[in-house]
Amino acid sequence: MIRFLTIFLAASWASAAPIPIGEFASLTGASASFGQSSHKGTALAIEEINAAGGVLGWPLQLITEDDQSQAGQPATIVRKLVSQDKVVAILGEVASSKSLEAAPICQQCRIPMISPASTNPKVTEVGDYIFRVCFIDPFQGTVMSKFARENGWKKVAVLTDVKQDYSVGLAECFIRDFKANGGEIVREQKYSTGDKDFKPQLTSIKAAQPDAIFVPGYYAEVSLIAKQAKIFGIKVPLLGGDGWVGDSLLKVAGKSLDGSFFSGHFSGDDAAPKVRNFVAKFQAKYGGTPDDMAALGYDSAMILADAIRRAGTTDPAALRDAIAATSGHDGVTGKITLDAQRNASKSAVILTIGDGGFHFVKKVGP
Amino acid sequence: MIEFLQQLINGLSQGAIYGLIALGYTMVFGVLRFINFAHGDIYMLGAYAGFYTAPKLLALTGCGPSYAGAALVLVAAMALCAAAGVAIERLCYRPLRSQPRLTVLIAAIGVSLFLENGGQYFFGADPRAFPEIISDAAIELPASWGRFSSLTITTSQVIVIGSTLVLLAALRAVVMKTRTGMAMRALSLNPLAASLMGVNTDAVISFTFAIGSAMAGAAGILTSIQQPSIDPLMGINAGLKAFVAAVLGGIGNIPGAALGGVIIGILEALVVGYINPTYRDPLVFAVLILVLLFKPSGLLGQLEREKV
Repeated sequence: MIRFLTIFLAASWASAAPIPIGEFASLTGASASFGQSSHKGTALAIEEINAAGGVLGWPLQLITEDDQSQAGQPATIVRKLVSQDKVVAILGEVASSKSLEAAPICQQCRIPMISPASTNPKVTEVGDYIFRVCFIDPFQGTVMSKFARENGWKKVAVLTDVKQDYSVGLAECFIRDFKANGGEIVREQKYSTGDKDFKPQLTSIKAAQPDAIFVPGYYAEVSLIAKQAKIFGIKVPLLGGDGWVGDSLLKVAGKSLDGSFFSGHFSGDDAAPKVRNFVAKFQAKYGGTPDDMAALGYDSAMILADAIRRAGTTDPAALRDAIAATSGHDGVTGKITLDAQRNASKSAVILTIGDGGFHFVKKVGP
Repeated sequence: MIEFLQQLINGLSQGAIYGLIALGYTMVFGVLRFINFAHGDIYMLGAYAGFYTAPKLLALTGCGPSYAGAALVLVAAMALCAAAGVAIERLCYRPLRSQPRLTVLIAAIGVSLFLENGGQYFFGADPRAFPEIISDAAIELPASWGRFSSLTITTSQVIVIGSTLVLLAALRAVVMKTRTGMAMRALSLNPLAASLMGVNTDAVISFTFAIGSAMAGAAGILTSIQQPSIDPLMGINAGLKAFVAAVLGGIGNIPGAALGGVIIGILEALVVGYINPTYRDPLVFAVLILVLLFKPSGLLGQLEREKV
């Protein structure tokens, strides 16, 4: 639908051939909330750019493909975007596992790829054509580990999703930092994406009597973990990362996540004019408040458009250099500078859950 | 010790769900000698039937979660699933009954994919929060139990295990005590002889699908009480595990399906709790391979001699 709309909009441009931009996202399936959000943010940015006259006099045309949250799909659809649709750059994905599938293809075909929200370090290590506009797991893990220590939680249990590179990476970074600073990991438990029964893991964790539980998973499982932990009489707070942000998190978890904390990229409460403007536009177009993934999707498209403008061409090599030179970009998720490893260095926010919403606790600088 | 007992309870409540789903596989196999691979998706339909009917049915019995309301939701989901099962059999399997068995098997895979992807289209792909039809909480155990009072047993676990026992007893009564049950047993012994004796084969097969699907629908509701997040692909994994349970217990054997379910559930809980959750699925499917290699008839099944 959006795709037809963009084609239609593009067609109404007098004879200017649009610049094709590829996007792959999990619009359906288990992590659909991520894909839907990031896609909305991306589409909003493209619309804004085109309304302001496009880039270098050409409109942008967003071509979106759905990877159905399934392993194996990203490789297929990114190959299609590159070879059939001849896109000049790829935007996507939120989940690190999906980005890691697409990155080698983009690198091989020399097509710049910008991931909005994949925080696993391995993603940009694939090659010099792969970028991201978010911070990476070592930073996010350290932020939460430091936060746990500041709150006096000395014994922490960790519950990891072994099927997600994101979750495994974040857990490793958290554990390393926490142990190095005198904390104790009292139990390490694991689960797999799609699991619904966590009672065996929670039984084991409860027996270890932790002060807090670090659950660096995605929202679909985290909500059920929180719910079952509550029923099991586990009263300690859960800690997590940006993977918690999803539409169904609070709908499923209800009040059982109240008093828990997670690190994120963006807070809808932020008073910065740039953020207020984005939130207002998002509400006008889609209704509801934008979440982290929407904000990052928006920033990824804006950075790409800015790079095309600076490069003055869509030649992949020149475009790559222009993206790499991004410095101090004033995005809705903060000031974004891409470092030599093509990762964004920027601040994280810690949010808490209560009264059916997320609340800003503090900002932690890079 | 307490932790071990707790894991047994966890495994039992999950195993009860597998057992309920396994019944449908085993009953259909009993009468038709084919594996209905769409059965796991009927379980998913049951959960969604509950999702859509619960708000209206709960309103009938007053507001908020209640046992009467939950029972209504359970019955409604079972009825809807029974109808779906009968419709699937009538539309997709019956026209193929004279074809080689492989054709029906492939049709079943087709129905399964249709339900999964149709579900994503109509219900939405995102996980949905299942309405609270029973307020789930841990039951306070009396202090006189000593160390055992620290066990956590939740209302939902009691309801799941209790309902499963009731449904199993009811099913056994139907199969052993009624004329239709007798016809089902006759059909599973020898379809041709049964039809020569005046058994209405089509009606009995429809009835079998209705009962099997109703059990899957009940499992869909019972699982959603414990884990209130449902999605259109939830039937894939649960269906496969239940299939393993049915084979383990002896496919075609009703008590075997329930026993297989409980064994798989407990095995899973112990692997997750004591070894490594990564080995959970490989171990379950290793069980399937081992059973097929060493005791193809399953724990309670009877060896079937190929007649020449």
